[in-house]
Amino acid sequence: MSNTEHLNNLSWVELAIAALLILVNGAISVALRLGLEKKLAIAALRTVVQLLAIGYVLQWVFALNRWYVVMAILVVMTLLAGNATTERGSARYAGMGIDGLLSVWVSSWLVTAVGLFTVLRIHPWYEPRYAIPILGMVLGNTLSGVSVGMERITNELQDKRDQIEMLLALGATRWEAFRGAAVTAVRAGMMPAINAMSVVGIVSLPGMMTGQVLAGQDPQQAIRYQIVIMFLITAASGLGTVAIVLLAFRRLFSAEHRFLYWRLSERPGG
Amino acid sequence: MPSLPASSASGAPLLSARGIARADPLSGTVLLHPATLDLHAGDHLVITGPSGAGKSVLMRGLALLDPLSAGSILLRGKAVAACDVPAFRAQVAYIRQRPAMLGGTVEDNLRVPYTLKCYADRSYDHERAQGLLAAAGKPAGFAAKHARDLSGGEAQIVALIRALQLDPAVLLLDEPTAALDPESTAAIEALVLAWARTGPDGRTASSAAGSPAPEVATIWITHNPGQDTRVGNRHLHMQAGTLGPLPAALAQTASATLMATA
Repeated sequence: MSNTEHLNNLSWVELAIAALLILVNGAISVALRLGLEKKLAIAALRTVVQLLAIGYVLQWVFALNRWYVVMAILVVMTLLAGNATTERGSARYAGMGIDGLLSVWVSSWLVTAVGLFTVLRIHPWYEPRYAIPILGMVLGNTLSGVSVGMERITNELQDKRDQIEMLLALGATRWEAFRGAAVTAVRAGMMPAINAMSVVGIVSLPGMMTGQVLAGQDPQQAIRYQIVIMFLITAASGLGTVAIVLLAFRRLFSAEHRFLYWRLSERPGG
Repeated sequence: MPSLPASSASGAPLLSARGIARADPLSGTVLLHPATLDLHAGDHLVITGPSGAGKSVLMRGLALLDPLSAGSILLRGKAVAACDVPAFRAQVAYIRQRPAMLGGTVEDNLRVPYTLKCYADRSYDHERAQGLLAAAGKPAGFAAKHARDLSGGEAQIVALIRALQLDPAVLLLDEPTAALDPESTAAIEALVLAWARTGPDGRTASSAAGSPAPEVATIWITHNPGQDTRVGNRHLHMQAGTLGPLPAALAQTASATLMATA
């Protein structure tokens, strides 16, 4: 491709200049006493280390091109995403981590499988060039849907305990008592994906499409891929959000239509 | 202890608890030692006792809101299956000390129960709700008031009417007036006593027919001196998680009187 030659190969110096921009956020944090400097520094460092690491891993995996290696990478990515779902929110319950992982896993794999097999028709399916980045994008967005959903459902249940018990005392089934909180949580979890779809191309040019165009791809093709990806992302984060809300329901309401509120606790130090 | 009107004491009690106990699910601390209690139609039981004695634990247990570590609860002599719990709670209404309101107006809150499956065959009766609000001394425009603008006393009146309009058989009143002004307290007492005297009107044929006495009973937890004699005809006491008779030393101040229920 001829037009890739116009794009400079990024050197470490240029990456360092970009890193300086992070200092702007650091200065804001210090000035406003947000107390985010440490978190910001760690997050920036993680970006560098994680991306460098994944760069080497991808090189190696692309060269090997074996299904079991690809599968192992996909599993590790999913486990990491599942583990990150519980990092938000002020309330916790026992089994939250497993519920988060299960929601992320089932919804992202299901949707990615549909995408790879029926829409993109990748052969072989484990072609790492497709399977890994597509699952990665789906996972990243499912993770945010699931963690928002989890944060909201636990917060709602904690805040609205009185109303939930009032409904139960009036004769509501556990589902009727839970429904209001569930609607709030599912809506909150699905909104980021819906918002992203509404502004894509106007306010934001998604990373994958931008990357493809920067790397010299035909914009028409890049756009079609992006549309598929947006739909996969929205579907997976919607499924994941519903899954986490239902799993929380299963843990926190008993078959006798009781709200097991004591299973919800404040996050220590959170 | 005064004798009770023998309206239906011959049959199965309306509500009975057989050795119900509860331990804290996290720490294992005993909150309620095995308690046995029969509540017959016409019984208006007052339970007193110091804070933390387990009165609310008992009430929440009776309403099946919290799991019990032992014992069972029978409604009209029948055990309650898991799937019948909503129907049980429609019969045994639990009124908490802090009323919980949903968004919207007073009337929206009164309509809430009719959105639930267990009242699917019934619909909101505007006239009746207005009548109950008027009986509580609330003006005509009260139903349009926003629930978040209600005082504690007003909210408790709405919560009580929300339950009463559904014709429960048993009212479990967990210190409903503990935080209220005397006026609201009087309104709450009047609503409950009127309901206890006349019974649930407009009751469907599903209830036991041919019994003139109202098939209702109440359990009322109170700290309010004098309230026990106004609202009760039986009196029990709780101390350190144990339900028992009223100690003689306390009984002098609480001269329980028989309440007219016919």
